[in-house]
Amino acid sequence: MAKVKSLADLKKIKDEVQSKMKLRENSEQPEKMVQVKVAMATCGIASGAKETMNYMIEEFDHQSIEAVVTQTGCMGYCYAEPTIEVTLPGKEPVVFGHVDKKKAQEVIETYVKKGELIDGVIPVNYKTIDE
Amino acid sequence: MKELALHILDIAQNSIRANATLVEIEIEDNLNDNRYQISIIDDGTGMDEDTIQKAIDPFYTSRTTRKVGLGLSMFKQNAEMCDGTFDVKSKLGEGSKVTATFIHNHLDRPVLGDIAGVVLMLVYANPELDFIYRHSTNNGEYIFNTWEVKEQLGEVPINTPEVKRYLEEMIRENLVEIGSNN
Repeated sequence: MAKVKSLADLKKIKDEVQSKMKLRENSEQPEKMVQVKVAMATCGIASGAKETMNYMIEEFDHQSIEAVVTQTGCMGYCYAEPTIEVTLPGKEPVVFGHVDKKKAQEVIETYVKKGELIDGVIPVNYKTIDE
Repeated sequence: MKELALHILDIAQNSIRANATLVEIEIEDNLNDNRYQISIIDDGTGMDEDTIQKAIDPFYTSRTTRKVGLGLSMFKQNAEMCDGTFDVKSKLGEGSKVTATFIHNHLDRPVLGDIAGVVLMLVYANPELDFIYRHSTNNGEYIFNTWEVKEQLGEVPINTPEVKRYLEEMIRENLVEIGSNN
């Protein structure tokens, strides 16, 4: 039977990440990276925000896009959950609604990589999420 | 919520909003006593007696972005639907403890679900906080502690996709080891 993973074996991963981190030159300057906030309150969680967030983390990593994915509270658009706020470097934040895996893929391919807006933007007159 | 793990993710968000620095998740997966008990304990701002009473009211929330707060009420409803109990303990300035007890083999008890994914999501999104996850069964106990992980990692941040994947697998494998039940 294979050995159960333990903290002692974490060192291998640590070394791997360390060598990768040297290549990620912007990791010290979050404002130069794509920033994604996934709304993760009751409404978001019930609509699948966990899957959306996991997908975004994996996809950015897979495509080697330098991005920070974090979570935030409810933005008040419970009807459109899961919602995400995407901030491209040097741009105003944009909120997208109904972001399932498919929509998340579209957001990455079209908005993050090309800067083109897509359907599903929640027009807002706010600056950023407070909490 | 279809999975108990999602309730845990949800209730832990309350702890994070309450400025907790340590969030503990405890699961007592006890087939001998036919009990499945989940506790979420934090050292956040806590609540006074009055707020505790209001907290389980679905029409009460401390948020201003919407007028309902369903997290605790849905967890309570789920527990009570399975002939279980639900309890919130809290003290201002000390923290809160939410406990839901289910009958282990109750037909309506939701499955635990992707607990490893939930724990790692919390860890990934809140690298500055510490989390302890304890899962005990009749065969043993597994404890995951971010403090120990951070010590191992040194300067490597805990919120990297590689570390997240590894730790998720580690929790899953250890849960199988102690014979955890979904």
